[in-house]
Amino acid sequence: MDDETRVRINSDQDIVVARQKGRSLAMALGFSSGDATLVATAISELARNIVSYAKTGDIVLKVIHGSANSGISGIQVVARDNGPGIPDVQQALRDGFSTSGSLGLGLPGVMRLVDEFHIASVESQGTTVSIKKWKH
Amino acid sequence: MEVPILKQGDFLIATVQAALTDADLLHLRTALVQHVVRSRSRGVIVDVTSLDVMDSFASRTLRDLDHMIRLRGAETVIVGIQPEVAFAMVQLGLRLEDVATALDLEEGLAYLNQKFKSST
Repeated sequence: MDDETRVRINSDQDIVVARQKGRSLAMALGFSSGDATLVATAISELARNIVSYAKTGDIVLKVIHGSANSGISGIQVVARDNGPGIPDVQQALRDGFSTSGSLGLGLPGVMRLVDEFHIASVESQGTTVSIKKWKH
Repeated sequence: MEVPILKQGDFLIATVQAALTDADLLHLRTALVQHVVRSRSRGVIVDVTSLDVMDSFASRTLRDLDHMIRLRGAETVIVGIQPEVAFAMVQLGLRLEDVATALDLEEGLAYLNQKFKSST
């Protein structure tokens, strides 16, 4: 199994491709079907943000391992774009905030689906969101 | 991926058979609203049993569909939301609000028949 899978995000079709790859990877790692659904749904939202706000970007899926000997594995998803960036990240992480006026719960929702969530955004340079989901 | 729409008496049944892109979802919405007008249907069932992900866009499109159909004086029922999908939707904070849902196609038909009976 490849350690890293990159999906180029250019259109709504790529959103489906990215989340299907995420689900396959989760199932291959032995995630429960419920957790695989959470991973796929999180990827769908992150890919959607790329298409909506930045037009293009990448989703990179990676198998990760916990500290040595723990035997724990998981999935890391990194969603990266060179779009407009988020001027106020703290605000974007609050429930009910959206600049596209339609969704209002993108990032806080994604945060609830996964175990770890990290975001870095620079205005007019881009946004990188990294999430991790461990196999329970 | 086009979603087939079947007419059964006063109702329309749309069965989603594979993953849908945003464009597919919008197409389904438009096709159903037009079909309801054309066939003077009283109710619409959207079967999402094979949908493995219901994200914010899909929820919003189904909600919009429900509202549009209602403006036509007909009813919509979403059937077959899988347990895992329901779990993910709630975690994500998605709500279908006042959209009617049912366990499966059979229950959806029973719901519409009931509704239809009590309104005549």
